[in-house]
Amino acid sequence: MAVYQHDVVVVGAGLAGMRATLAAIKAGSNVAMITKVHPVRSHSNAAQGGINAALTSRGDDWEEHAYETVKGSDYLGDQDAIEVMCQEAGAAIIEMEHMGVIFNRDEEGRLGTRRFGGQQRARTFHVADITGQAMLHVLYEQIVKANARVYEEWFVTSLVQDNAGAVRGVVAIEMMTGQLHLIKAKAVILATGGTGRLYEPSTNGLIVTADGQALAYAVGAPVMDMEMVQYHPTTLKGNGILMTEAARGEGAYLINKDGDRFMKKYAPNMMELASRDVVSRAEQTEINEGRGVDGCVFLDLRHLGKELIETKLSYINEVALDFSNVNLAEKPCPIRPGNHYEMGGIKTDVTGKTLVTGLYAAGECACVSVHGGNRLGANSLLDTIVFGRRAGEHAAAYAKTIDQVNIPDSVLSKDRDHIKALMDQKATSDTPAKIRLDMGRAMNEGVAVFRDEAGMQAALKAIRDLRQRYVTLGVHDKGQVYNTNLIFALELGFMLETAETICLGAIARKESRGAHFRTDFPKRDDENFLKHTVVTKGPRGPVISYSPVTITKWKPQVRSY
Amino acid sequence: MRVTLDIGRFNPDAPNAKPYRQEFTLEVEDYYTVLDGLIRIREYEDPTLTVRCSCRASICGSCAMRINGHASLGCKTKIINVISKDGRVRVDPVGNMAPVKDLVWDMAPFWDKIRAVQPYLQPEGPEPQDEYIAPAEAMQHLVGVMGCIMCGACVSDCTVMEVDKNFLGPAALAKAYRFVGDPRDGAVKDRLKALNEYTGIWDCTRCMECVQACPKGVAPMDRIMALRDKAIVSGLHNTNGARHAEAFADLVKKNGVLDELRLVPRTYGMFNLMNMNAMFAAIPVGWRALTHGKLPPIIPHKLHGKENQDAVQHIYDKVEGHKP
Repeated sequence: MAVYQHDVVVVGAGLAGMRATLAAIKAGSNVAMITKVHPVRSHSNAAQGGINAALTSRGDDWEEHAYETVKGSDYLGDQDAIEVMCQEAGAAIIEMEHMGVIFNRDEEGRLGTRRFGGQQRARTFHVADITGQAMLHVLYEQIVKANARVYEEWFVTSLVQDNAGAVRGVVAIEMMTGQLHLIKAKAVILATGGTGRLYEPSTNGLIVTADGQALAYAVGAPVMDMEMVQYHPTTLKGNGILMTEAARGEGAYLINKDGDRFMKKYAPNMMELASRDVVSRAEQTEINEGRGVDGCVFLDLRHLGKELIETKLSYINEVALDFSNVNLAEKPCPIRPGNHYEMGGIKTDVTGKTLVTGLYAAGECACVSVHGGNRLGANSLLDTIVFGRRAGEHAAAYAKTIDQVNIPDSVLSKDRDHIKALMDQKATSDTPAKIRLDMGRAMNEGVAVFRDEAGMQAALKAIRDLRQRYVTLGVHDKGQVYNTNLIFALELGFMLETAETICLGAIARKESRGAHFRTDFPKRDDENFLKHTVVTKGPRGPVISYSPVTITKWKPQVRSY
Repeated sequence: MRVTLDIGRFNPDAPNAKPYRQEFTLEVEDYYTVLDGLIRIREYEDPTLTVRCSCRASICGSCAMRINGHASLGCKTKIINVISKDGRVRVDPVGNMAPVKDLVWDMAPFWDKIRAVQPYLQPEGPEPQDEYIAPAEAMQHLVGVMGCIMCGACVSDCTVMEVDKNFLGPAALAKAYRFVGDPRDGAVKDRLKALNEYTGIWDCTRCMECVQACPKGVAPMDRIMALRDKAIVSGLHNTNGARHAEAFADLVKKNGVLDELRLVPRTYGMFNLMNMNAMFAAIPVGWRALTHGKLPPIIPHKLHGKENQDAVQHIYDKVEGHKP
């Protein structure tokens, strides 16, 4: 067994992870990035529409962006954090452009914008409809340029702590050999992405399995507002694949089976560009009341014309044709709300610091909180690069204050035993895939667009039953090299633990706010629930507590679009 | 629909590990992709079946594989479009790269080649306060190359890499084009110089396999040809490739048909001492051609008839931009 040591270890190599890595390198740290897939396979790839920023140099107002983010969050976002994000957005975008992102231009050769949901002004910068991919590949180019150390296709199984409880490294499986390694560090940044695969279907890739949330939770770092799970209004029926909000930003309609633009009933001012939670609920209401077809309503781009679709929306044009046999220029595309994004996550401050010493988090796995109850489209990419950079800088500065890392090499034994148990246990007909599917369906039924007590309790019970099944799970593949069967079993453990925190947070929040809409408590209740749900792992299971929402300028108001 | 997936497998943990084939027959929906089929097998038939995949929407680039002998993305290929009359689809790991386990391949050499082209923007001079000003069309054009998801399908089916592992290959060269074509890049001349060397742009044989394999329409070969143009335009003439292209055009212009006998020395450079070995190596080929009656005529043929000669001249005028 080799033991590795670095100042800062970043887990995850999506936008937040790579941005953090570059920032920590720049700050003079010895940094390593650990990722279970090659960096350019990360799920940041799938972000299509763009990234928001108020470029004040050309007259936009970052406070307007901040206000719209606060309103979008249904007043659950922390306003100091939102101000930080929106104020730093312009510089962050320009920095990405300087690194090489080929943002679309206007006629003068300056950065061009498009409109996005929940905002009055066009301030979404983009690379056609492959913005995430274009940014991800450019950050990887910078990682190559910096000659950064990357442990590629290594899967982190746990965080290790010293005697005082500070996080001082990780244990990881090198997938190519099956070997377990200890990587010591003075600080660890988690940037592992969201929780998509807890749900079935989901827009998320198969690798999005709540690893970071579970790793942090296991060492006592609380997770926050996990019940705030975003359903994206436009996902394909069969496999849940995303059709970007940029389609509506460019002017696409949502219509029901009668051809009516039904959003006029639900959001007469913003129409199709209302906040995502509002649009998803509107669609689900149309479907529930019989004005859908086959569980779907339609995204209609026909009036936009072939040329616009082929240049600005070429990727979704390809996807619609590949997976739904729909030519967007000719036919409306059947779509429905689908699991997309986790607003909640590991509780951090604006420097990325969690409540456990030495542990930082950034990107979708973190909750700063800038998205509150509902994230605005194109704010997620912004979150990753602003708070990724901040986490990298602050973790690097913190690491400089630590002289020595005291971890006995024996910390490996716990993970080794767990893996040995999974490998030795006789494999039955029960597989990680079957348990995951049951979990995904339970979550998608009980903790979805419309929720109620009975449904959420049923989901919680299902998750707890599945955890019992998980205890007796064995893996079929007994090999050492690239054993994905084993990795899926480990990921499933992470997912089940995280799913429970989502159910508990949702049951405890007896109001409707943002993406959390309860038919049994349909009103927002600022008096009792203008606060963050915090779930911490206790000796006898999860413990729920609350923490206040930071309000700076914008007092909660009735939210309408 | 019933389909039999005939999968090329490899288990590195087995004693005397050797590639083998295994068939799985399953009932699938019409919209199923090859990847959907493989995932179904992995989840319900054989959890040891190993394949890299994530997004299921042709954007992460994980699931390149050979389907009926040609590289593609498993998630972009619908079974219904590739199934044979007797209900079969053949699935194999990508070519030109070593298998690790089943459909998982060793990516290290792929990334080494990408790294070799200095795959990052190298702007000149101090950074502007705001964004670089760049023409909208130039950036839009680059989106087509930036669409490359590094899946490796083009490298899998590259016929040059099959015989010369040193060739940079279609993915790395397309990546290089992304910077050469970027108006913000300040190292274009140096990049072209490096690409002009052995293993670079002149080693492509224009077989088109990469264009066909690319699931994202990047058309790597077209980018390689565009790099050749840019290299010649920027004054890099001193390569076999550039000389070959120029000699080819020249000889056809002169005679209306290709004079193959003179093409060889002009490609290597008449007085190019560095290439004497290559020239000598061509002699046995010439000898065999002579003894088999295949040597091109010593006195070159000319296209018959003024009308035909004018037609050829007309083509040249048009391409070179002269008035006819």
